[in-house]
Amino acid sequence: MTANGWLQFVLFFAVLIALMRPLGIYMARVFQGERTFLDPVLHPIESLLYKLCGVNAEEEMGWRQYTGAMLLFSFVSLLLTYLIERLQHILPWNPQHLAGVSPALAWNTAASFTTNTNWQSYVPEVTMSYFTQMVTLAYHNFLSGAVGIAVAITLVRGIARRESKTIGNFWVDCIRGVLYILLPLCLILAPILIGQGVVQNMHAYTQAQTLEHGQQTIAQGPVASQEAIKMLGTNGGGFFNANSAHPFENPTPLTNFLEVLAIFLIPAALTVTLGKMTGSPGHGWAVFACMSVLFCAALVTIYWAESQPHPLLHGVSQSSSALQSGGNMEGKEVRFGIADTALFATATTDASCGAVNAMHDSFTPLGGMVVLANIMLGEIVFGGVGSGLYGMLIYVVLAVFIAGLMVGRTPEYLGKKIEAFDVKMAMLYVLIFPLLILVLTAISVLSPQMGLSSLNNAGPHGLTEILYAFTSGAGNNGSAFAGLNANTNWYNISLGFTMLAGRFLMMIPMLALAGNLAQKKSVPPSPGTFPVNSSLFTVLLTGVIVIVGALTFFPALSLGPILEHLLLHQGSLF
Amino acid sequence: MAEKQSLWNPAILSQAVAGAFTKLDPRAMVKNPVMFVVEVGSVLTTALLLEDLAHHQPIAFNLQITLWLWFTVLFANFAEAMAEGRGKAQADTLRKAKGETMAYRYKTDGALEAVSSAQLRSGDVIRVEAGQFIAGDGEVIEGVASVDESAITGESAPVIREAGGDRSAVTGGTRVLSDWIRVKITSNPGETFLDRMIALVEGATRQKTPNEIALSILLSGLTIIFLLAVTTLQPFAIYSHAPQTVFVLVSLLVCLIPTTIGGLLSAIGIAGMDRLVQYNVLAMSGRAVEAAGDVNTLLLDKTGTITLGNRQATEFFPAPDISTERLADAAQLASFSDETPEGRSIVVLAKEKYNLRGRDLTGMRVEFVPFTAQTRMSGVDLPGTRIRKGSADAIAKFLEQEGSSLPRKVSDRVEEIARMGGTPLVVAENTTALGVVYLKDIVKGGLKDRLARLRAMGIRSIMITGDNPLTAAVIAREAGVDDFLAEAKPKDKMDLIKREQAKGKLVAMTGDGTNDAPALAQADVGVAMNTGTQAAKEAGNMVDLDSNPTKLIEIVEIGKQLLMTRGALTTFSISNDVAKYFAIIPAMFAGAFPVLNKLNVMRLATPHSAILSAVIFNALIIVALIPLALKGVKYEPKSASSLLQRNLLIYGLGGVIVPFIGIKIIDVALTALHLA
Repeated sequence: MTANGWLQFVLFFAVLIALMRPLGIYMARVFQGERTFLDPVLHPIESLLYKLCGVNAEEEMGWRQYTGAMLLFSFVSLLLTYLIERLQHILPWNPQHLAGVSPALAWNTAASFTTNTNWQSYVPEVTMSYFTQMVTLAYHNFLSGAVGIAVAITLVRGIARRESKTIGNFWVDCIRGVLYILLPLCLILAPILIGQGVVQNMHAYTQAQTLEHGQQTIAQGPVASQEAIKMLGTNGGGFFNANSAHPFENPTPLTNFLEVLAIFLIPAALTVTLGKMTGSPGHGWAVFACMSVLFCAALVTIYWAESQPHPLLHGVSQSSSALQSGGNMEGKEVRFGIADTALFATATTDASCGAVNAMHDSFTPLGGMVVLANIMLGEIVFGGVGSGLYGMLIYVVLAVFIAGLMVGRTPEYLGKKIEAFDVKMAMLYVLIFPLLILVLTAISVLSPQMGLSSLNNAGPHGLTEILYAFTSGAGNNGSAFAGLNANTNWYNISLGFTMLAGRFLMMIPMLALAGNLAQKKSVPPSPGTFPVNSSLFTVLLTGVIVIVGALTFFPALSLGPILEHLLLHQGSLF
Repeated sequence: MAEKQSLWNPAILSQAVAGAFTKLDPRAMVKNPVMFVVEVGSVLTTALLLEDLAHHQPIAFNLQITLWLWFTVLFANFAEAMAEGRGKAQADTLRKAKGETMAYRYKTDGALEAVSSAQLRSGDVIRVEAGQFIAGDGEVIEGVASVDESAITGESAPVIREAGGDRSAVTGGTRVLSDWIRVKITSNPGETFLDRMIALVEGATRQKTPNEIALSILLSGLTIIFLLAVTTLQPFAIYSHAPQTVFVLVSLLVCLIPTTIGGLLSAIGIAGMDRLVQYNVLAMSGRAVEAAGDVNTLLLDKTGTITLGNRQATEFFPAPDISTERLADAAQLASFSDETPEGRSIVVLAKEKYNLRGRDLTGMRVEFVPFTAQTRMSGVDLPGTRIRKGSADAIAKFLEQEGSSLPRKVSDRVEEIARMGGTPLVVAENTTALGVVYLKDIVKGGLKDRLARLRAMGIRSIMITGDNPLTAAVIAREAGVDDFLAEAKPKDKMDLIKREQAKGKLVAMTGDGTNDAPALAQADVGVAMNTGTQAAKEAGNMVDLDSNPTKLIEIVEIGKQLLMTRGALTTFSISNDVAKYFAIIPAMFAGAFPVLNKLNVMRLATPHSAILSAVIFNALIIVALIPLALKGVKYEPKSASSLLQRNLLIYGLGGVIVPFIGIKIIDVALTALHLA
């Protein structure tokens, strides 16, 4: 661990805090339908879009209607993606003449991109045409992100509104999310990435002769435009298989810094939006503080774990010096070193991004456990765009309910009483996540044909790989632990189902909660009100998240990475 | 009935032990999902144990596990039975009062017939004479009687019950001491007030309250999560070549699911009702008790709640050239025959301040002049002297008739007292105005502090009074209420409640009159006075048997304590799990992977002793917390943040630490006893 590394972490956090406030306030204006400085340019386009789509922007929806619109929209998108993948060989922009995608893989990929997961069971540069990448995958990168933000905003509205039957208009929220937030940010980020060397072209792949007179195919394409939204929308689906470890996606330490920043930017800013829209900025900060504590704990642990020399590697210097990073460099890019890799890995798993600049499979067992545990917390430490905030708010509701009784009142969250229906929806949300992960992992490890045949590592490491795959799917993260070939019928189909359930089955109770909160009366605050803007609340919320998360997954983790770590120090490798 | 019961009353204890077994009936258990899971687990391990026994397997460990699992269920049942037993003990006292009594019912021709109380129906009219018990709830329609209601209220002083007005309601089981009354019965047998009370304190008609339902959902959800974590652990264990026995898996499951709060939840609810009964307050539902904890606004009637029922003389202001002693002497003389509390307070004030003792008036030719509505003054006629006291207007008129008038200074003083919220009484002797007596509302002692405590918890108090705003403001300031509603008519009270409720607030109030009934029904917590009318009692959701309106504050505190107890035990229960993982997980896999023993941070002796210790701790903690569940957590009036901080520290952090210590101690004991 080096001073340079710590300094980068501090710089990262400082820049994040500086940027999140203006963006958060701006987003609050966007979703409250207020005028913004971009209105002169964007408002005409927005009106035109409403006219083209036949959307009545004034009309508000109840939670059922909102959910219906969201599901219908997502289903149609899913179907279109599937069709385009299957038919890409007869569609344009396919200079490599890639064939149509197989049914199981097309289903998996369509589910993956619709759910903002971007799990990739395939090698993109040899599977997806430019048309598929630009029209369907990039489209989902924007829209699935916008859907997440829209849904999170409904929950914030539910908290803020009083005795309201409606929680907003899905079409308006989506269009404004793309137009006013995602698109402008991408237009800023993509040119910077191009300036740093990220490629952007429509060429066929280049055949190059290497110095050793070997043949090399250099894949390329419209990368920068996709890279920006891949990070800003916490999508994570790489243009190349190597994802952000690939020099064409993430060439320099600066692009690395910007990409990590882009992952957290919107999720962090949404906490400001929460404070702004509910009229309780302190609450927004308390939630941000909780996320920050969990993030810092994970970052420090990974940084520490990966900086340790490998215990079984003898006779080689593993200490850090001016010439080498030291520590466990397996699966890491030399141009990033340990610190930037730890930062990227923590951010990409805390947020449900799933882009990687190193192979998580090659981390030390403890480092690998932390990235896995980050996802297991439910993708709420900043989390995916929108989905992180609403997931966190579900935990806020639970924390308020569990501890709220202790102040001698029916638990209240910012004036809204938390009652049986709210607890039921919150518990349903919390329940679906481990149900998917644990049950499907259990089925996989018990079936040699379906689950174990494509596993490359035995023992606890193998268990971690399967566990990671389903955790990544259910959490809509999309990063892979590798070591497991998931491009089989069983994994493609079950992971596709996991991703859809982890997204939409969880969204439904959450939207019901939003609708139920919106129609409640609000109790004005008094000294007897449960405090949700204090540091005490941050401690409580962090405690509830850690305890619930740990209690759910500790048994599985103890047989996976924990056991692997202990066995490694006894000299066993897997 | 207000007597406090010792927590470990042997009679209740033995009944509760029996109750713990009868409650094993799965039809009853299924209502408590957490404990039902434990029972299913116990049945499962028992069956497997029998199989082991048949195959002559060693059973020492499995037998102990199975026994402790059953104890877990029994302990939880025992807690519930204890709470119910305490309620039943209260009910039995009540039932004794009830018994079956004879009643004299009017037949249609007006003659009386003797019938048993069980035959009385709503609408019947009975006659009750001195010495007889009133056979059912009803309303006095004729006559006045003093009634001994001690069976219900515990208050030995008899109360007056009379036809018409706000003192017409009588309760079955109470006894007429003097005179006779005609009572119209208002309830059928089995539905009387006493019957409902018995049912409520016994917990027979107890329904889950809203918060309890929400909490049950949370606990069921957690149970499902742990069910998932444990059942999927077996596949992972098989994959790792370390499969587990059902005994161990059930042990892990039972330790993880929130049995502590699950086992004590209903006991907490019953005990909350019970605590109210000990304060002589009957809640018509648990929902009302819970609502009391949530109250944001208290409506307090001025008279009787904030102030003592009557105004009292506090000062004499003599007219110019008159000594205070003379004024006091005359005022006292004029008040000797005045039996009103105000009159008596003048006598007392003169006695205390000027040592004017009662004197023998028999020798003198004294004629008392009583207060009449026409003259609006009272006084005394002595030979050659006529003393009068009354309102300034009345005395001015009296002086005019005598050819005199009220001096300027006196009328100024009258105005000043009125402005300060007091009642001025002017005293005159023949043609001379002697001065003014200051009658004042006396705020009940200690009220200001208690209202301040409520304010710290975010509860606002509003005083309701018929006085003018000026007077009201003075008393409001003195009593420390946050706001007041002056010149209030019954409708204003209702409007105020609705206004507060529209803002999302919960309102509590007390009332006794029939015209309070609509407001009592509208309020979230409506406490009717037992001396009040039947209509008021029906409209409210609580009845205070002592008819002490100030008790509203205690009711709120009990409601809060109930909610706090639930929250504290929930937090404690969940926090406990951390230690149990560290006990059980290493024990489960230490056989296959000895290296996992590094997680055995408590250094528990053997895998068997570790698992057994966790299970035993989990069972014993239920018993250990029964007193807390029944008595409620310590209540302190503080702001929500400081309450949260204190309780999180005790029950959250404490909940993490305590089991580490407890499990270790049990492990040491088990090893010493060679049980594992």
